[in-house]
Amino acid sequence: MSFEVILRAGLATGTILIFASLGEILAERSGVMNLGVEGMMLIGAMAAFKVAFTTQNAWLGLLAGILAGGILSLAHGVVTIHFQADQTVSGLSLTFLGTGLALVLGEGLTGKNAAILPSLDIPLLSSIPWFGRIFFTDFNILVYLGYILVPLTWFYIHKTRPGMHLKAVGEKPSAADTLGINVYRLRYIYTFIGGCMAGLAGAAISIAISPGWYSSLTTSGQGWIAIALVIFAHWNPFPAALGGYFFGMLRRFTLDLQGPMTFLGMRNPFFYDHNLVFFLQMTPFILTIIALVWGSSTARRKRRGAPAALGVPYIRGERGL
Amino acid sequence: MKKKIIMFVCFLLILSIGLVGCGETAPEEEEGTEVDCRAETTAESVGSYQVPAPIEGCYNVAFVYVGPHDDGGWSQSHDVGRLYVEENLEGVHTAYVENVAEGADSEQVTRSLARKGFDVIFTTSFGFMDSSEIVANEFPDVDIIHVSGYKANGENFGNLMGAMENIKYLAGMLAGSRAMMDGNPKLGYMATFPIPEELRLGNAFALGVEETCPECTIDVRFINTWHDPILEQEGAESLFSAGAQVVMTGADTPAPAIAAPEGKWGITYDYYGNCTLDTCLTSMYWNWGPEYAKIVEGSREGTWKGGWQYFDGDTGALGLYGFMEGEELMPGVAELPEEDLQMVRDILDQMLAGEFTRFDVFSGPIVDNQGNVILEEGESLEQLDLDGFKEFGSECETCMYWWNENITAELPDL
Repeated sequence: MSFEVILRAGLATGTILIFASLGEILAERSGVMNLGVEGMMLIGAMAAFKVAFTTQNAWLGLLAGILAGGILSLAHGVVTIHFQADQTVSGLSLTFLGTGLALVLGEGLTGKNAAILPSLDIPLLSSIPWFGRIFFTDFNILVYLGYILVPLTWFYIHKTRPGMHLKAVGEKPSAADTLGINVYRLRYIYTFIGGCMAGLAGAAISIAISPGWYSSLTTSGQGWIAIALVIFAHWNPFPAALGGYFFGMLRRFTLDLQGPMTFLGMRNPFFYDHNLVFFLQMTPFILTIIALVWGSSTARRKRRGAPAALGVPYIRGERGL
Repeated sequence: MKKKIIMFVCFLLILSIGLVGCGETAPEEEEGTEVDCRAETTAESVGSYQVPAPIEGCYNVAFVYVGPHDDGGWSQSHDVGRLYVEENLEGVHTAYVENVAEGADSEQVTRSLARKGFDVIFTTSFGFMDSSEIVANEFPDVDIIHVSGYKANGENFGNLMGAMENIKYLAGMLAGSRAMMDGNPKLGYMATFPIPEELRLGNAFALGVEETCPECTIDVRFINTWHDPILEQEGAESLFSAGAQVVMTGADTPAPAIAAPEGKWGITYDYYGNCTLDTCLTSMYWNWGPEYAKIVEGSREGTWKGGWQYFDGDTGALGLYGFMEGEELMPGVAELPEEDLQMVRDILDQMLAGEFTRFDVFSGPIVDNQGNVILEEGESLEQLDLDGFKEFGSECETCMYWWNENITAELPDL
């Protein structure tokens, strides 16, 4: 067992969570909470795999996955932005809708081999000693995309004018509206982008990092962990990325830990009693619960980081946010 | 403006469904003046499941699956068996319910099938055992066969399983031979749960490895699930990165072949059709069809009695992909030394002829990895030893709670 191997596995599987989290951060920053991430990821994974299988072109698959997630999210947009319905209920039903559609349309795809996005070394960067070998060698191309999107999202939210508009729409839409920002349009756009990112996360599973279509087990609850990460990370891209990579590493750690007889120079209890691994496998979910409880209560009390208008439909001309 | 947006969204939604839905063809309807036993019937919702109806005038057989019918593994192997029954028996109608959760849900589904008038019900997951027993006792006219359990009532409730250890033994020979050839004497076994079945299958594999690669060692990972494709890939990756040359799985999907880096190999399980990648050496698969057909025939004639049925290689219900009739060797196997391939073929022939059984796989001398002698030369394990732990009430003497000497893993005290 080596730390490098676990770190690299974490970077690969964490990428999936990071795409979904970044998308949800953008959507929630605009005031639209979308709990349908799991459904959007699944439909993205299915569409990407189906197109990559039928055309044997992974890039078309990627495009299909992104669009499928985005299009599905528009259903949430129409319900919550146009009809101002409850975002929690709509988001949950989006999960059911997405899951159901993905399972029906994905019928017969299990066990098929689709085209897969390439893995590659980054020239120059990969030749940096140690660092280059860990971070820039033989990863799927989407892992590198993850590296780029995290700082990019941060920069966009905090340092650009459209990012200010995004925050304004999520914090006080009525004020933004009086300044001439089209609240409805922006919310639609960011909901769509959030859906596209969830679709990208799904595609990252099915045609890149863990290739294959396995009905609802393809995502196996990762959409929910992504939502928890958003709260855990206070709606900021960098902590979300750290959390994503950490969860990814933890998944792999529980497996690799069963291998060696000694660990850090001590007798490795997980080698002698693999049943202890059960407890380790729980940790991502326990941390998710803790993050949700802790995150929701502090967010409610202090509103630290949470967009003030999150979950509140904007009705033009009415008092309130 | 709003209207435009809604129109646009609706258009996109319809377009996406239409586009993704292309390429599906509707099932062809068969025409016939008599009762068509192969017709699709309407289904009724029971809980969150769609429970199909039987066809009057046919002998109706239902299957309850724990996963999707096309999971590429365990459940699909049963579905292949179902189709075999439907094709080979006259006047038999088959139907299935998929993705049924173990426990209360499976009881509800099984009972609903029995009440609707199905004559035979196959329940195909270990966790369906107790619910199958309950329903069998409620409906004495319905024959219920549970796959992979240990309960039976001697009347209308029986269990069925087979000696997959034979095939795992042969797969071990291939894996050992491949490791020798590649010059890396490390192998991996991705196990599901520490139960007798998984230890037995792992040990059978290890005994096979010993035949072709005496210095090989086998690393083990428990993943604590039967079916989680993503976790299975991670488990296989974990074994490969720890140095394994070939990884064999006890779980459902072809994950070891998918996760195998170039120059390394995976061995898949359950379903003959899941060894499709060039990194796959072979699939150790179930061929339930003939067994199911026999049981359905027996049930229709009233000769079948629910007991304990454990078939061996001579039934033809166990397969090693690439070696059975009409199959071709996978590229990674075809280049192995001819003498190793011949040894596998010879033993497989003996198995098919009933001259080499599970008791020959587990015959002495066998030493475990703690240095204890499990079997002296000339001894072999009994059925009880193959399938039980003393701590769980089995009367076994040499229970299946040991790892063969070439396995680098430990078992905790029970």
